[in-house]
Amino acid sequence: MLYFIEQCLNGVQLGMLLFLLAAGLTLIFGIMDLVNLAHGSLYMLGAYFAATFAGLTDSFVLGAILALIATLVVGMAVEVIAMRRLYGRDHLDHVLGTFGLILFFNEMVRLIWGPAGMTLSLPMEMLQAVEVIPGVFYPLYRLVIIGATLLVALFLYILVMRTRIGMLIRAGASNREMVGALGINIKLLYTLVFGLGAALAGFAGLMQAPILTVQIGMGENILILAFVVIIIGGIGSIRGAFVAAVLVGLIDTIGRAFLPDLLRLFFSTNAASNAGPAISSMLIYLLMALVLVFRPEGLFPAARK
Amino acid sequence: MTAQINVRSVFIAALLTVLALLPVYAALTGNYFLMTLFTRILILAIAATSLNLILGYGGMVSFGHAVYLGIGGYAVGILAKEGITSGFVQWPVALVVSALAALVLGALSLRTRGVYFIMITLAFAQMFYYIAIGLDRYGGDDGLTIYKRSQFGDLINISNKTQFYYLCFALLLGTIYLVWRIVNSRFGMVIQGARSNDRRMHAIGFPTFRYKLICFVIAGTLCGLAGALLANHTDFISPALMHWTRSGDLIVMVVLGGMASLFGPMIGAVALLVLEETLPILIGAVAAPFVGENATQAAEYWQIVLGPLFLMVVLFARGGINGLLAGARRG
Amino acid sequence: MRKALLLAGALALAAAPAAAQQKTIKIGFISTFSGPTAVIGNDMRNSFELGLDHLGRKLGGLPVEVVYEDDQQKPEVGKQKTDKLIESDKVDFIVGHIWSNVLLASLKSVVDSKTMMVVTNAGPSQLAGELCSPYVFSTSWQNDQTPQAMGLYMNQKGVKTAFLIGPNYAAGKDMLAGVASTFKGKVIGQELTTWPTQLDFNAELSKARAAKPDAIFVFYPGAAGVQFLTQYAQAGLKGTIPLYTAFTIDELSLPRQKDLALGVPGAQEWVNDLPNPVNKKFVADYKAKYKSSPSFYGAQTYDAAALINSAVAAVKGDVSKKDDMRKEMEKANFKSVRGGFRYGKNHIPIQNFYLQEAVKVGDEYVLKTVATIVRDNQDQHVSKCPMK
Repeated sequence: MLYFIEQCLNGVQLGMLLFLLAAGLTLIFGIMDLVNLAHGSLYMLGAYFAATFAGLTDSFVLGAILALIATLVVGMAVEVIAMRRLYGRDHLDHVLGTFGLILFFNEMVRLIWGPAGMTLSLPMEMLQAVEVIPGVFYPLYRLVIIGATLLVALFLYILVMRTRIGMLIRAGASNREMVGALGINIKLLYTLVFGLGAALAGFAGLMQAPILTVQIGMGENILILAFVVIIIGGIGSIRGAFVAAVLVGLIDTIGRAFLPDLLRLFFSTNAASNAGPAISSMLIYLLMALVLVFRPEGLFPAARK
Repeated sequence: MTAQINVRSVFIAALLTVLALLPVYAALTGNYFLMTLFTRILILAIAATSLNLILGYGGMVSFGHAVYLGIGGYAVGILAKEGITSGFVQWPVALVVSALAALVLGALSLRTRGVYFIMITLAFAQMFYYIAIGLDRYGGDDGLTIYKRSQFGDLINISNKTQFYYLCFALLLGTIYLVWRIVNSRFGMVIQGARSNDRRMHAIGFPTFRYKLICFVIAGTLCGLAGALLANHTDFISPALMHWTRSGDLIVMVVLGGMASLFGPMIGAVALLVLEETLPILIGAVAAPFVGENATQAAEYWQIVLGPLFLMVVLFARGGINGLLAGARRG
Repeated sequence: MRKALLLAGALALAAAPAAAQQKTIKIGFISTFSGPTAVIGNDMRNSFELGLDHLGRKLGGLPVEVVYEDDQQKPEVGKQKTDKLIESDKVDFIVGHIWSNVLLASLKSVVDSKTMMVVTNAGPSQLAGELCSPYVFSTSWQNDQTPQAMGLYMNQKGVKTAFLIGPNYAAGKDMLAGVASTFKGKVIGQELTTWPTQLDFNAELSKARAAKPDAIFVFYPGAAGVQFLTQYAQAGLKGTIPLYTAFTIDELSLPRQKDLALGVPGAQEWVNDLPNPVNKKFVADYKAKYKSSPSFYGAQTYDAAALINSAVAAVKGDVSKKDDMRKEMEKANFKSVRGGFRYGKNHIPIQNFYLQEAVKVGDEYVLKTVATIVRDNQDQHVSKCPMK
C-alpha cells in the first residue's frame, strides 16, 4: 500500500511536468489555432539556459529565473519571425513548418552547447528523500516540482479567469475578429500568449533538468505525451489539460510499476519483464484513442465559436 | 494526364529516365551503393504516393502512415523468422494485414476531424510501435535481421540488386497509375469533393464516411506493400520503421514534392533523400574556403539548413516542387 | 557521407606521386557521433587516431584512409552506413560499434560481403555464439563477462539479495543475465526500462526500495549513467542500499557524476592506471593531445589499430589474403593496453577483469584499480560458436 502511494506520487510528478508543457501548448493551440511541434524545443532551451545560467551565477534559483526570461524572449522572437506567418494556415502546414524548426533548434543547440549535453546539479540539501507519511520516503526535489507546478496552475487560473489579459485571451479564443475589431492589438496579444507558452515550456524544462540530463532532442518524446494530454483534455482548456496531465501521468507510472507484476501471473518472468514496459507505454495511447472515439472533442471541450 | 509539353512534364520525363537507367550506370561504374540508395527512395516513394492519396486528394492528414510500413515489414520478417520464406505467402499476408489494420484504424479515426484526426492517427501508430517493441521473440527494441529475402521461385530473384530495383520501379509506376485511375474515377471525385466540403457531399447523398474509409484502406494496403519491399531491401526490421518521425518524413515528402499531384510524392521522396545525402557535402564545400579544415565538421550541421527549408516550402511554395515546376501557385 | 580524409598527413603530401602508386588501407569506422552519446564516439575516434599516430599513420607499412560514419545510435542507420561503406567506399576493414543492437542489424552485410571487421565495444551474446564469424574480431568483451565479474565480487562482499536494473535492449538483457549467472544470492527483482528514451528511473527506484534488497546492480552506459546516479542519490538510497555497476561510471561520465560516483564499485577489463608501458604511453599521450582522460571505449579502439596493423603486416599489405590475416589476428600478436589477452575460437578476448572505484585526487575525479576480480575469463557462449 505504501509502495502504491509512492508510485502515485511518481505519477503525479510526471503529470505536473506534462501539465506545464500542455498548458502552453493548449493556450497556443486554442487561441491561435496553431499546432506547434517545436514546443518541445522550447522545453529543451529552458533546460539548456538554466544549466548555463546556474553555472555562471552559481545559484540554482537565479539561473532558473534568468532561464525563464531567456525562454520567454526566444519564444516571442520565434513568434515574430516564423510562427506569425503560419496563423490561419492549414494544420498540415503547421506540422511541417514546426517539424523543420525542431531540426533547426536541435542543430543550433548542438552548435552552441556541443553534442555532449549538460548537467544541472542541485544544492546538496535537495539531494535527499523526506518521509511524506510514515513509511513513504519521497525525493525532496520532486515534491518541490509538484508544489511549484501547483502554484503555476493557480497563477494561470487567476491570469485567465480574473484579469483583463485573461479576458482578452478568452475572447480571442472564441472570436478573433471581434476582439480585433474592438481595437485590441491582436498581434501583440498573440506574441504575448506565445511567449507565455514558451516560458511555461521553459519552466518545465528547467525544473526537469536536475533529474534528467540536459540533452539534444530531450523535448521530442515528452512533446508527444503533451499532445496526448491536450487532446484528452480538450483543446484550449487549461482545466482539461490539468486533469488529463495528472491522469496520463498516473496511468503511465502505475502501468509501468504494476503491469509487469500482473503479467507475471500469466506469463513467464522473462516475457513479462519484456512486454510490461511496452504495454504500459501503450496504455496512454489507448486511453487517448478511447476518449476520441467516444468524445471526439476531448473530456473538457472548450467553448468554440 | 494530358501530355502537355511544359517544364514540369519534361522534368518528370527526365527524372523517370534517370531512374530507369540508374542500374546501367551502377553496372558500368561498379558503384552499387547509388542503386541501393535509390531502391530505398523508390520504396519510400511508393509509401509517399499512397499517403498522398488520403492526404493530398482526400484531405485526411494521417500522422501515422508509417504504421503500415511497419505492418508490411513485420509480416515479412515474422514469417521469414518462422521459416516461411515464400514471397507468394509473405506478400499477400503483408497486404491483407495492412488492409485489415487500415480498416479498423480508419473506422475509428475517421470519426474525428481536423487536428484530432492528426493526433488519433499518431496515437494508433505509437500503439503499434510499442507492440513491436514488446515482440520479444522478434527482436523487441533491437529489431530482427531477415536472413533470407522473399522467395519467388523462378519468377524473379529479389536478392539480385538489379532485379529488385526494377521490381520496385515497376511497382512505383503501378502505384502511381492506380492512384491516377482512382482519382479520376467517380469514387475519386467524391473523395476530393469531401475534402473541400464534406457536409455538402453528404447532403447530396454520398455516404462520405464509407468512401473515405475505403480510400484509407487502399492507401494503407499500398503502404503495406512498401513495407514488405523495405523489409526485403534492408534485410532488417525494427520498431523504428513506425516511429512517429518516420510518419513525419512521409508527410514531408508529400508536401515537398507537391500535394494532390500524381508525381509529386515521388519527386518529394527523391528530393528529400538526395538532399539528406548531398547537403552535408554541399555545406562542406561551401564552408571549406571559410573554415578550412573544419569544413567536415560544419557539414555535420546540415539540418540547420534543412529545417528552415521545410518552413520556406510551407510559406512560399505551397504546391511543393511540382507546383514550382508548373509555375502555378495554389491558395 | 562525412568523409574525413585522413591520409597520412604531411608524409602523403610530400610523397604524393609515390603514394598514388601504393595501395591504401581503407577503414570504415562506425560509431555514434551525434546525440547525447556522441561523447563515446568521439572518444573512440580520438583513440583510433592516436593509435594511427603511434603507428606512424601507417598500417603494415601502407598509408591509411579512414571514413567515419555516424550510426545515430539507430540500428537501421547503422545498417545503411555499413552498406555504404562496403558498396560505395569498398573498405578493407570496418571498425567500431558501440551498441549491440546496431551491430546485430549491420552484421549480415559484413558477413555476406566477407569484409574484415573489428568490433571495439559491442559484445552481444549472439556474436560470441551462433553468429560468430571467421572475419569478425572483438577487442572488447562479450556483454556477459563484465557483469559476471561483478556478480563474483558481490559474492565476495556477502551480498545475499539483489535488485537488477538495466535498459531494455540487447546489451541490457545480456548484462542482467550475466550478473544473475554468477551471483550466488537471490535476485529479488529485475526491471528493464525503455531504451534510449526513458530517462526517469524513479518508478524503478521506488520498486527497488520497496523490495529491500542488500544491493542494487545497474547497467546504464553514457548519459543515462549520470541520470541514474543522480536520481539514486535524490531518492535517498545512497547510504541505505549499496550500488554495484557495470559500464555506468567511466572517464566520460565521471566529470558529471562527481561525488555521486565516489565509492561505487564497477567491473572493467581495462583501467587507466594498469601498469604496463603501452598503457602508460596511451594514457599520457591521449591526455596531452585531447586534454581529457581516455575511457575503456577508447582503449579498446586503440587496440584495434594495433590489431589491424599486425594483420596487414603479416600479409605484407596484400589485404586480399583474408584467411592469412585472420590466422594472424587469432594470435592477438600485438601489445594491448590491457597488458595482453588471448582469443577464444569465437574471436572474443579471454582476459582479466578488474574492480575499479572512483576517487578524488585534488579537484579531479579519477578511476583506479582496486583489485583483480577474475583472471583469464572466457565468455560462456563460446560453445555455441560453430567455428573451430
